[in-house]
Amino acid sequence: MTWKHYFTSSIGRKLIMGLTGLFLITFLIVHCSINSMIFFNDGGETFNHWAHFMGTNVIIHIMEIGLFAGLILHIVQGYMLTAQNKKARPISYQVNKANENSKWYSRSMGLLGTLLLLFLILHIYHFWTPSRLGGIANIRPLEETTLLTYNNQQALNLYAEMKLVFENNLWVVIVYILGVISLAWHLMHGFQSAFQSLGINHKRYTPIIKNVGVAFSIIVPLIFALMPLAFYLGWIN
Amino acid sequence: MEHYNMKLTLKVWKQKNSNTPGNFETYHVSDISSEMSFLEMFDVLNEQLITEGKDPIAFDHDCREGICGMCSMYINGRAHGPWTKNTVCQLHMRAFKDGETIVVEPWRAAAFPVIKDLMVDRSAFDRIIQAGGFISVNTGNAVDANSLPVDKKDADTAFDAAACIGCGACVAACKNSSAMLFVSAKVSQLALLPQGQPERETRVLNMVTQMDKEGFGNCTNTYACEAECPKGISVANIARMNREYLKAGLKSEAK
Repeated sequence: MTWKHYFTSSIGRKLIMGLTGLFLITFLIVHCSINSMIFFNDGGETFNHWAHFMGTNVIIHIMEIGLFAGLILHIVQGYMLTAQNKKARPISYQVNKANENSKWYSRSMGLLGTLLLLFLILHIYHFWTPSRLGGIANIRPLEETTLLTYNNQQALNLYAEMKLVFENNLWVVIVYILGVISLAWHLMHGFQSAFQSLGINHKRYTPIIKNVGVAFSIIVPLIFALMPLAFYLGWIN
Repeated sequence: MEHYNMKLTLKVWKQKNSNTPGNFETYHVSDISSEMSFLEMFDVLNEQLITEGKDPIAFDHDCREGICGMCSMYINGRAHGPWTKNTVCQLHMRAFKDGETIVVEPWRAAAFPVIKDLMVDRSAFDRIIQAGGFISVNTGNAVDANSLPVDKKDADTAFDAAACIGCGACVAACKNSSAMLFVSAKVSQLALLPQGQPERETRVLNMVTQMDKEGFGNCTNTYACEAECPKGISVANIARMNREYLKAGLKSEAK
């Protein structure tokens, strides 16, 4: 069994989907924790401090490359699997009561993933590119805002940027909320599914994993959804 | 259970052979007893068709006691019909109401080509078994029963996996036409028992390789297979096969 055979077999592909999925889940925890600093309502002082750390720390930068690699692998693999799976049933059923044997979101991972990808492209364009690449490529943020100075280096005031974007653009708020709803359903299947793909299914632990998965899929997207909402409705200043 | 007779409209997939495209034909049957099995209802219809000089519907059946796994019918959008843990011969007509329209299709999967009408070619499963679903036994006298002690829990789990009848309902119900539940049941059954140990690693690698070659889809853990399996095979077997495969593949010395 060569490495190529190992990783391109049906189970090898599941392994990659599961591992990258769990890796992306750990990213969500970090991203959600740091962004939650806006709820301190201190004019973004704590949030900007951590945003600056994330933007300048070397180790974080290296991990960021890993994150993009993992994300791309997850997306490409997902589409390859979807294409293979479509090929495995050339003629579909005239009548198919799939709801009686499985959950709609488990069957719609490709669609939910595509919605997430569209959201991600917009999201990266809104915040990541102007803050990380703004200096290099002169990419302007969605809303012009002030710059902060750390150690004689200028950085985008991300808190002010978030505030301006979400306060003034209702469509962005709506798109972001739809984005996190897709995330919630994607996680509702993906969280427990990743463990099964890695071969973890145990009478004692699987019910715990499933419950943690449901809680995670509700709590994390909910916190994310509250961020644009809180700015738009003026809960934080 | 109260007995009643019913009139039914049947929309059945008719296909001459695997090279010709098929289509649905509509049939009407009357005086169908609620105590008949679904296959007996088809017998009645076929008698009627033969009398009329028409081509009867080809369908697979063998034991008619729910253990042969031949009846590859997708009935009203469910593998083996509306009842759970059931085969078509054990599906009784009391599952349907008088005047109902029933749609009957063969298993739909690239790896299960239609031979005729509702009969599909499941020899892909045979080739997967040939790739590794066996154990090595010395010739000569049979060894004493219980000469190899087996833990009770392992024996029970292996027996549960061995209940798989290879009917293909898992493939039919899976949105990806994945054969993971079938293959994992066969891998688990032998991996759990001492008799299966010599080929434990080559077995899982070869069977999964053959499964992929046959053109089944990939498992996305929707668990539709478990819900539709007439023998209630658990998806825990799929996790076990994933473990066995990932471990065996890592230990491989090929470069």
